[in-house]
Amino acid sequence: MGLLDRLGPRRSEPEERPGRPTTAAAEDPVFATKALRKFLSSLTAHESPVLLDLGPVVGSNVSFFGEQLGCKIFVEDIFADIDRHVRGGKLEQLPAFLKQRFPQVTNTVDGILCWDLIDYLDKASAAELANELTRVLRPDGALLGFFGTAQAQVQNYTKYIISDEMTLKHRPYPSARGRQATLLNRDIIRLFSGLRVSDSFLLQNNLREILFRKPA
Amino acid sequence: MWKRDEAVRPASGQPTAPQPPAPSIPGTPGPRPDASQHMEKDIVNIGKSVVIKGELNGSEDLTIEGHVEGTIQLRDHVLTIGPNGRIKAQVFAKSVIVLGEVTGNVTASDKVDIRDNGSVDGDIISPRVAIAEGAHFRGSVDMQRKATPAPSQPKTPQATAQPQGQSSTQGSQQPQPVRA
Repeated sequence: MGLLDRLGPRRSEPEERPGRPTTAAAEDPVFATKALRKFLSSLTAHESPVLLDLGPVVGSNVSFFGEQLGCKIFVEDIFADIDRHVRGGKLEQLPAFLKQRFPQVTNTVDGILCWDLIDYLDKASAAELANELTRVLRPDGALLGFFGTAQAQVQNYTKYIISDEMTLKHRPYPSARGRQATLLNRDIIRLFSGLRVSDSFLLQNNLREILFRKPA
Repeated sequence: MWKRDEAVRPASGQPTAPQPPAPSIPGTPGPRPDASQHMEKDIVNIGKSVVIKGELNGSEDLTIEGHVEGTIQLRDHVLTIGPNGRIKAQVFAKSVIVLGEVTGNVTASDKVDIRDNGSVDGDIISPRVAIAEGAHFRGSVDMQRKATPAPSQPKTPQATAQPQGQSSTQGSQQPQPVRA
């Protein structure tokens, strides 16, 4: 590493690519989460829990779940799948794709990090995804989802980075498709009809955190 | 003017054969024979134009910039997939550093490090995993089981879909319960 690299960031970065951070990690805004702690508690109730992360891979999250909680982590970046379908003009195939997407055996996953993925899906795709997530989740397993409550026309995806069990950082990154819907509570509950709502919190940033549990 | 030719001619009278350039290792600035020979002994570089299909075994650190398909086993040594490296293989090593592309399962007894622009499509088994911002990864990460550098049976794709929920914890990585 040269001296200039050590002194500061590069002045001439290559063109921005999807998935690359738009800001330095130290500048990521944070918000308090109430459901994450309960989600983690449900995970650690099992030995060697299996975690399914539906967002883009975040190295620090992998370390957190792998090293600190002893999870086996499956990273299945559905946001990248959405982008691929948008760019290929194959959005009508997305529901069928999601139906075949998950190789996990039924009732084998202890926890699912859904993040705010549902907000970016059309109704049919969201229904197929919810069915699949319900299928793979183990009885008494937990699913953590975020749902926007404002009618914001968000054109970015968001990476959620775990600071600790009470705090999340969030970092926007470019998306090929904006948010599709703002779901009401009853729509969310209907969507995950195979699960029951364990906890629901409305955060100050207009994000609704919902922790689902699969009935034992 | 004729004296110049005589000066070039060797003392024995035999014509001088063109000497091959001294092997150079990237990052070694000067012609230091001792250091150069030592580096040659410890680091092997597979260049961009090299394509290997089959089983690759070694007992020294290896950097791959070419294409490898099959199996790579470096017991107790570091495997570096360079920015130009393209690997379609099961990988077993002490440490694996990925700057290029890997398609296949990666097992390391110490650490897997996926750097910026590095890509791994496959399952990782290693007690330590570092994934940089800008890296691509699709698969599973298992930091629990003690990784074995050279197992007799490589993991099959079907086995990757099976969760390891019943496996017992081994090694120094013990799950730490979260304070409720």
